[in-house]
Amino acid sequence: MKVLVPVKRVIDYNIKVRVNQDGSGVNLNNIKMSMNPFDEIALEEAVRLKEAGKTESVIAVSIGVPESQTILRKALAVGADRAILVEATDDPHIDIEPLAVAKILKAITAEEKPGLILMGKQAIDNDMNATGQMLAALLGYGQATFASKLEIDGDTAIVTREVDGGLQTLKVRLPAVVTVDLRMNEPRYPSLPNVMKAKRMPCDIRNPAEFGVDINPRLEITRTVEPREREAGVIVDSVDALVSKLREEAGVI
Amino acid sequence: MAVLVIAELNGTQLATDLTAKTLTAAEQLGPVDILCASAGCGAAAEAAAQFQNVTKVLCADHHYYGNGLAEPLAELIAGLASQYNHIVGPASTSAQNIIPRAAALCDCMMISDISAVIDQDTFERPIYAGNAIQTVRSKDTIKFITVRSSAFDAMPTGGSAEIVQIECTGDPELSIWLNDDSAATDRPELTSAKIVVSGGRGLGSPEDFALISLLADKLGAAVGASRAAVDSGYAPNDWQVGQTGKVVAPDLYIAIGISGAIQHLAGMKDSRVIVAINQDSDAPIFQVADYGLVADLFSAVPELTEKI
Ligand SMILES: Cc1cc2nc3c(=O)[nH]c(=O)nc-3n(C[C@H](O)[C@H](O)[C@H](O)COP(=O)(O)OP(=O)(O)OC[C@H]3O[C@@H](n4cnc5c(N)ncnc54)[C@H](O)[C@@H]3O)c2cc1C
Ligand SMILES: Nc1ncnc2c1ncn2[C@@H]1O[C@H](COP(=O)(O)O)[C@@H](O)[C@H]1O
Repeated sequence: MKVLVPVKRVIDYNIKVRVNQDGSGVNLNNIKMSMNPFDEIALEEAVRLKEAGKTESVIAVSIGVPESQTILRKALAVGADRAILVEATDDPHIDIEPLAVAKILKAITAEEKPGLILMGKQAIDNDMNATGQMLAALLGYGQATFASKLEIDGDTAIVTREVDGGLQTLKVRLPAVVTVDLRMNEPRYPSLPNVMKAKRMPCDIRNPAEFGVDINPRLEITRTVEPREREAGVIVDSVDALVSKLREEAGVI
Repeated sequence: MAVLVIAELNGTQLATDLTAKTLTAAEQLGPVDILCASAGCGAAAEAAAQFQNVTKVLCADHHYYGNGLAEPLAELIAGLASQYNHIVGPASTSAQNIIPRAAALCDCMMISDISAVIDQDTFERPIYAGNAIQTVRSKDTIKFITVRSSAFDAMPTGGSAEIVQIECTGDPELSIWLNDDSAATDRPELTSAKIVVSGGRGLGSPEDFALISLLADKLGAAVGASRAAVDSGYAPNDWQVGQTGKVVAPDLYIAIGISGAIQHLAGMKDSRVIVAINQDSDAPIFQVADYGLVADLFSAVPELTEKI
């Protein structure tokens, strides 16, 4: 079995995002970009499946700007066997929508025939939380989203999901789409020799048109603004002062 | 044309608060029908029929839908979608699992976690963990939407909508439910509580996390946690507040031993009053707190619990 891992290039999660004052979007100039944290976890899980002999190979795929090669190289350094970059735009401000991404991933699935697609539950830039569900729909596959535990058992996967009420366990027929939550594992850091080796590994460059996918957006972004700022509060010097503020000033207790 | 709201169900029970807040967002888009799908959801359908501004309740009562599996439910919703302009659910883990799947079956995009309705096609939604608010206009004929419930008031009851039984489409049997592991609690639900007391890594151990629960119980509050507290095993996953946890906006949010990382703030910074207790006066949580107390939580929290 092969595992396909879609990985997205996003602003590093440690960076404080700045919104352009003219409402046109967020500032991406000279900003550190990284692999989406959820995708690092999906990739780690795929590599662990390979190390446990549950899968033969791991294929990382990214859709976006040419610079996304950097995160694909990281995926190779961590243990992916192959990388595919679908160059969909040259403009880092253009976000390819989940529906278009899912259609491209469907086409790649038809070529590669993975037994499992392991991906992040959410991209931390658009926070859409949709691509995995959409891909599973287009493929007619089962899905297990927000997974914190995954076990391959023959031609099924047993998946524990983090849901609003606690934990839920499902058995999904393979091939399937699994989207991962934060607690599935701790991603490793690639070793320096592996980083060097990954630099020389091939990366397959593709184009959305080859797959016949229309990537024109369905959502027009008309404005991006900063959220409402909270007014600065006060520091109180004792528990008594806090209790009296909450009672008398705020009236919340 | 009308709007179809996907009722939030806990098993066979209607999750009234989440559904009521979703209705308030949906009602701005047109006349509303509600879909109740589960096994034995008759009582939930009756409860849903009592909200104001609801035309009818579609009841899909079948074991296909009993465990909330995405595959049969998305098929059901996609089959109904052509009669509606908008399909709307809460941004719960349940609806967020199902609605994007239904959207793709209809070749439509997803608009997740909206915080405001501008017009029939235009919505606001937070991106980058709430560090930016984007306005999007949809060109799709059917808009598939989930709603950030903390941004909307609850729809009052007092209505009496008609209940109709609808045809059930089947289960492709791509996945099988094995079990749910959820702890029963007498505390209010995190996303609808008036007061939330949350603890972070500063609590240091599962035993000491009980300081949070004691304060919460005294206040009749729900208990929340940071990701670090959940990862360390101090609190269960469903208590996590933040970008990847629950989004809350209570009247009072008390953050104890939480530094205030942007991913945590994403889930609580729209609370009406925020209190922070932290021994580090430079902790970013103080930048959003209305009232900050720089103190060792191990002395401050028991004292607060006693004096409240
Ligand atoms: C993709 C992604 C998503 C994430 N999603 C979430 C999310 O949904 N929710 C979330 O919370 N986090 C989330 N995080 C994690 C987030 O970045 C932080 O790591 C986390 O919020 C830190 O938790 P904390 O504040 O409890 O711990 P810390 O940052 O370690 O802070 C502990 C605080 O306790 C204080 N303290 C220690 N001892 C005492 C004492 N005796 N008395 C008083 N104060 C004390 C310290 O001064 C410190 O400020 C996410 C991260 C990523 C990458
Ligand atoms: N452009 C992309 N390239 C590769 N994978 C993507 C892309 N966009 C989304 N994904 C995958 O889909 C997941 C969910 O993204 P989203 O639905 O946008 O929140 C991510 O964690 C990735 O695994």
